[in-house]
Amino acid sequence: MAYAEDAERETLHHPKSFWTKYVWSQDHKVIAIQYSLTAIFAGLVALVLSALMRMQIGFPGALEFIDQNAYYQFMTMHGMIMVIYLLTALFLGGFGNYLIPLMCGARDMVFPFLNMLSYWFYLLSVIILMSSFFVPGGPTGAGWTLYPPQSISAGTPGTEWGIVLMMISLAVFIVAATMGGLNYVTTVLQARTHGMSLFRLPLTVWGIFIATVLALLAFPALFVSAIMLLFDKLLGTSFFMPAMVSMGQTLDYNGGSPILFQHLFWFFGHPEVYIVALPAFGLVSDLISTHARKPIFGYKMMVWAIVAIGVLSFVVWAHHMYVSGMNPYFGFFFATTTLVIAVPTALKVYNWVLTLFRGDIHLTVPMLFALAFILTFLNGGLTGLFLGNVAVDLPLSDTYFVVAHFHMVMGVAPILVVFGSIYHWYPKITGRMLNDTIGRLHFWITFIGTYTIYFPMHYLGFLGMPRRYYAYEDYDFIPQSAHDLNSFITVVALIVGVSQLLFLFNLFYSYFKGKPAGGNPWKATSLEWLTPQTPPAHGNWGEKLPVVHRWAYDYSVPGVAEDYVPQTVPESEAPIHDKGI
Amino acid sequence: MTTPANQAGPSLRTLASDWSSDKDTFKEVPWGKTMMWIFLLSDTFIFSCFLIAYMTVRMTTTEPWPLSSEVFALTIAGHHIPLLLIAIMTFILITSSGTMALAVNFGYRRDKNKTAVLMLITALLGASFVGMQAFEWSKLIIEEGVRPWGNPMGAPQFGSVFFMITGFHGLHVSIGVIYLLTVAVKVWKGDYQRKGNYEIVEITGLYWHFVDLVWVFIFAFFYLW
Repeated sequence: MAYAEDAERETLHHPKSFWTKYVWSQDHKVIAIQYSLTAIFAGLVALVLSALMRMQIGFPGALEFIDQNAYYQFMTMHGMIMVIYLLTALFLGGFGNYLIPLMCGARDMVFPFLNMLSYWFYLLSVIILMSSFFVPGGPTGAGWTLYPPQSISAGTPGTEWGIVLMMISLAVFIVAATMGGLNYVTTVLQARTHGMSLFRLPLTVWGIFIATVLALLAFPALFVSAIMLLFDKLLGTSFFMPAMVSMGQTLDYNGGSPILFQHLFWFFGHPEVYIVALPAFGLVSDLISTHARKPIFGYKMMVWAIVAIGVLSFVVWAHHMYVSGMNPYFGFFFATTTLVIAVPTALKVYNWVLTLFRGDIHLTVPMLFALAFILTFLNGGLTGLFLGNVAVDLPLSDTYFVVAHFHMVMGVAPILVVFGSIYHWYPKITGRMLNDTIGRLHFWITFIGTYTIYFPMHYLGFLGMPRRYYAYEDYDFIPQSAHDLNSFITVVALIVGVSQLLFLFNLFYSYFKGKPAGGNPWKATSLEWLTPQTPPAHGNWGEKLPVVHRWAYDYSVPGVAEDYVPQTVPESEAPIHDKGI
Repeated sequence: MTTPANQAGPSLRTLASDWSSDKDTFKEVPWGKTMMWIFLLSDTFIFSCFLIAYMTVRMTTTEPWPLSSEVFALTIAGHHIPLLLIAIMTFILITSSGTMALAVNFGYRRDKNKTAVLMLITALLGASFVGMQAFEWSKLIIEEGVRPWGNPMGAPQFGSVFFMITGFHGLHVSIGVIYLLTVAVKVWKGDYQRKGNYEIVEITGLYWHFVDLVWVFIFAFFYLW
């Protein structure tokens, strides 16, 4: 069953019972939905945690059960869940699983059984993580970066069980991500259909593909640091623990290197930013091109920019560690590489804008989210230029400026793409459109809301308001205006948080009552819209695999009546826009 | 239906268009083999992180690092021979790579019995490696008093690193032995003979050679340094 032709010849094994069809399913589409629903559930937990945190910051003491420990636990779990268990899982496990085989013209992932295992390991890791809320001492409160020595020393909440469960959960997640990731990469490389060259793939596949490669190479560092931290905690080894006195007692550790943990963590942690960002880049490129009815501007440049960002992301990690102290030459090196990343990234932003330029822009809900993404990513990226410089970073480090920066660039921006993509592909997944009015309401509240939340935080950061504090009263350098602003941010955050119920309601309501979508509601060109059934049946393509004759962006081809030409239309029937592809 | 290569383009451009041509990037390479290579690349990063972490703690620790040639010496018939057991283990593992290569060779010749026997020998060599490692561990724990959190010879990180890295590698070897035995049994039963496809033997071989190669690095950086 090695090649695409063989896969075509092989009779598909169709599952019969409810259990093998929807629960122990090996179909990439079902696995994708399982992944997505689990990730959205985890994300909702993290959203509630952030609301609770904001309550403490905006209205200190209003909720009595939020003591110092609870606050730090909420903060830690919010960060870890959002970055790993929501965004990584949703982009790779959710969108990757659903779209890669469909966009490549494959019948499924290359190893469906392994793919199924990937989901069940992911679910296990979520269960382990969530169980830490119910163990003695609660979840870990070490901050999502889990820096030792503090993460495993007495005094930090959750050093009894929480940190152990966190490490085990991460290790299980990495196993899941590896099993899934091997599948995605091999499928993209080896299982494309006839005529589907790499340079005819939609940018979505490119983004997810490179992000998966990053995941396969970056997660090992987290895996290793998780194991070593577990050993420090459980066996009393001293990998990361120096000799230290804690609460008046000399600990049994000596000679370890806390900085080593930071290096390992950020060798994973920085590529992780792009594991989240690259799929968003890819998805949003397709949204923009489809809804502006124009070929994506500079397709090959977009591909090479994704590749370049992927490579560069492995040589910038220490810009997270400027305040840990380092040789000035290293600081210089990492500042330079960090700023170099701005080149391919800016190239992508220019190309998105140039795709919009003189396009036939349809302001659909997916397009609104895509436009919001460009703005938000631009804003977040510009503050990144400040933080990438050692000299500017030092005073801004650990202030709300940093919180504003990374929430804009890798929190809000990818989430906007997630929303846009769900509005875009929901019709293919369910056969029904999402409600447009609720969608627009959801968009405007979310878009304006996130700006109202995160813009003032830049100002708070300049005032010197530190992040990760439990209480901000009684500091002379924090003026009354900052406290008022914090209350304001909290009110908006709660409104935005609650308004996400609109989105959830829309998901369920439209599944039953939505307008029937038909096979290709957006008049898009890529393969997933050309399946014989909607939603696509098991095996995706019916009797024969599709044959691809052109790239995925033949919109508004001159001399063609329709403003789009699907990838399966041969050149004899419609001219090809860009023959170099 | 390949992408037309840019005629005037230099070789880099031709390379890009060859790799990006339709269906499969690596021509005639089965899915399983592609996946194993990518997995091994990922696994390389795990072992590299372990080894780099080891080098870092060896530099940060304040106590002297024990002399590994002394710690891993055996006294046989009154002779004190440094690193004897490790030398034998290394020899066995490298030999097993040889038998594995032969098994792959006979697999491609469709010689069912020889392939199965050679894979069995490989598995046996692997198992004896794990057995010697168990002996080495018990000797260190019981006789020398080495523990993950400390040891009488010097830096506590010596024991931590030793148990972690050789343990993780030993786990790989043990999984490899199970993997080899599973495939060997299927070879023996003629499963691949019927399909006319012995690729899985080569894929198993890739994993086995990788585990062997990793050992060479562990041997060089941990035992010889």
